[in-house]
Amino acid sequence: MHAGVVVFPGSNCDRDLAVAFRAAGAKVSMVWHKDAELPEGVDIVGIPGGFSFGDYLRCGAIAAKSPICRAVADHAGRGGYVFGVCNGFQVLCETGLLPGALLRNAGLKYVCKTVELKVVTTQSNYTAGYSAGDVIDIPIAHHDGNYFADDAELAKLRDQDRIAFTYTNNPNGSRDDIAGILSPNRRVLGMMPHPERAADIGHGGTDGAALFRAISGALTLA
Amino acid sequence: MKARVHVMLKNGVLDPQGAAVRHALGAMGFDQVTGVRQGKVIDLELAEGTSEADVAEMCDKLLANTVIESYSIEML
Repeated sequence: MHAGVVVFPGSNCDRDLAVAFRAAGAKVSMVWHKDAELPEGVDIVGIPGGFSFGDYLRCGAIAAKSPICRAVADHAGRGGYVFGVCNGFQVLCETGLLPGALLRNAGLKYVCKTVELKVVTTQSNYTAGYSAGDVIDIPIAHHDGNYFADDAELAKLRDQDRIAFTYTNNPNGSRDDIAGILSPNRRVLGMMPHPERAADIGHGGTDGAALFRAISGALTLA
Repeated sequence: MKARVHVMLKNGVLDPQGAAVRHALGAMGFDQVTGVRQGKVIDLELAEGTSEADVAEMCDKLLANTVIESYSIEML
């Protein structure tokens, strides 16, 4: 599997994401936001956490209009895989590759701690390494992770089994406790929690490693 | 020429910052405040001949996220 990890000014989890992909056996290329094309042969694009463009205007809004994001949208349009974490999830919502938006946390505070996530669906190449209903420990670190979508969109997410993860104890006010969602073709995943920060024994937990192993395994065989 | 864009969270979208401001006003004794919604104002300096439709396109594509926000435009 060849992963391309996008770097925006203000990204700060790009290297962590690259390390997690590599540990799962992937070849990784870092991709600068001003590039208009992805490197040849990229199977999956990783959009990392951080504070792209200083969170100016809205989190992820300016990054979503960068040259590389047009290439990422084309990649997704061709059925390519895209994985956005934290600020990456915000970027994916701003590009329209995923529905909804991330609002300021309901408690108004930046929340940085390890939380429990419930694995809601295993029907994706990201979550196939878990069992439905598994509860995993994954860190969060965000100020704007309060997932919002209207009732019709939430119903669609539920009916199409596209809610990947929910919080067991909602830390930010997200509707339906949503922590991560999938695109209709199940190849784009956005999530606020950081599985790349729970992918090595040195992190204090490895519950996120199964996600990287699953996607790497699926795309290496493909 | 100039335009002023007002961006507000849509009705029904939780505004925790507005709620915090309302609580603070209440704590200061301003009991007459029953609700606060916080938005933003963006001033644009524009080349002559720019139309309101051009500004609306800017709003739709970047300045507002119409999933959660509504906007209004004043051509000045």
